[in-house]
Amino acid sequence: MAGHVPEEYYYTKDHEWAQVDENIVTVGITEFAQTQLGEVVFVELPEEGQKVTQGQPFGVIESVKAATDLYAPVSGTVIEVNRNVENDLSFLNDDPNNEGWLIRIEMDTEKELVNLMRSPDYKKLIAEAK
Amino acid sequence: MDSQTSVATPARTPLSEDHAQRGARMVDFAGWWMPVQYSGLIEEHQQVRRSGGFFDVSHMGEIRVLGANSLKTLQHLTTNDVGKLQAGEAQYSLLPNDQGGLVDDIIVYCLKPNEDYLVCVNASNAEKDWQWMVKHNQGAELVNECEKWAQIAIQGPKVLPLCDRIFGFKVSEMKSFTHQSAKFHGHDVIVATTGYTGEIGCEVFIEAKGALELWQTLVAEGAKLDMGPIGLGARDTLRTEMKYSLYGHEIDDVSNPYEAGLGWVIKPAAKDFVGKGPMVAGKEKGLARKLIGFEMVDKGIPRQGYKLFAGEAGEKEVGFVTSGTHSPSLNRPIGIGYVKTEVAGDDREIFVDIRGKKVKARICKTPFVHRT
Repeated sequence: MAGHVPEEYYYTKDHEWAQVDENIVTVGITEFAQTQLGEVVFVELPEEGQKVTQGQPFGVIESVKAATDLYAPVSGTVIEVNRNVENDLSFLNDDPNNEGWLIRIEMDTEKELVNLMRSPDYKKLIAEAK
Repeated sequence: MDSQTSVATPARTPLSEDHAQRGARMVDFAGWWMPVQYSGLIEEHQQVRRSGGFFDVSHMGEIRVLGANSLKTLQHLTTNDVGKLQAGEAQYSLLPNDQGGLVDDIIVYCLKPNEDYLVCVNASNAEKDWQWMVKHNQGAELVNECEKWAQIAIQGPKVLPLCDRIFGFKVSEMKSFTHQSAKFHGHDVIVATTGYTGEIGCEVFIEAKGALELWQTLVAEGAKLDMGPIGLGARDTLRTEMKYSLYGHEIDDVSNPYEAGLGWVIKPAAKDFVGKGPMVAGKEKGLARKLIGFEMVDKGIPRQGYKLFAGEAGEKEVGFVTSGTHSPSLNRPIGIGYVKTEVAGDDREIFVDIRGKKVKARICKTPFVHRT
């Protein structure tokens, strides 16, 4: 169950996706991550205005079994948090790639994008993880 | 989200391949290749509470204690009074170490008084328990039967008619904590009315070579009755809702079992046993801490190892979490933990340190979920 891996997204090795629209980056967890975790029962997200750093935790996601850190795909400032997800986790459980997005970051520099994977490499990563 | 890795190849139960073929997510648990979940932990949990489910617990260990010194040996090694057991009865008990902590928690099944007992032990402790029992043996014949038996738990409010039909006798009329030997398709079975979910049902020891046949029969018949295979994930949330102890969480080699509320299986007046002196002395000088259940008032999920605080703003450290999870039955987070005795009262407000934040919680009555 690899899940859908949209081609236009960037990916981290920790199974976050990043959709880049000029300098605004929307972040979520991949379908693979959601499947591996099982049903998500709690999320802890940052506040708007908070700074995040590429590769550093920006929040926590919990399944029944365990808590898992969320890692920022790029450095920048959080400009929007998906309150729908905080109020109703089914957005995240049913559609992690779209409706279940977590935060939007105004990124400091697009140079950091070279540290992320594109979909073919991410598909390889999850094939090996199984 | 790193995938689980292990150095040694985990052991397979007779059912491991079947789990994988059914699409279960498999993990290395205590050295065994086990299903952590099938369709989804929450749905499996609710299915057990609603109708019933089947658990592969073949990783559990079995040690046979035989001969004229079998009772003497078990009285010496365990805390409960084995002398009270008649044939066909079972007893929850503890295997203490000489400091009054625990080597393991166990169930003792009496097949024939003074002559034949079966001890069921935790998978993670099976080898340690075996070595311990051999070392402290008082002349019994000890046989390691871990390889001989597979074990399947059948648990849930609606499972008994199915058990009656499959085993060909009235499992539904057996009292709690009793057992009966029988045959399933020619294989030896011991059907015991014990469990780890709080639901009615049984745990079945079956000769390893017959396990797959029993398992597949249960899953096929169960499919028509809203029952299915259940992973270890739901097994853990089910036992947590009942505040049942799990070795390595609520109990371990240093904690005094009186603190965990297990005094009901410790019988110092009836007999001597390993570690009795320190265990009872710990109780008599007054227990420093007590195992309590709590529910979260503010948002967050408690996890094992998180610190517990009390006081107006949670300034005073008073204990730690031993188990915590999102309760699928209550749809809210619950936790179990040790706190200083003076804090251990129902409805007392405490705080859980969740990633550096003191999150409000309340001590509550347990079990968290009431079952018949």
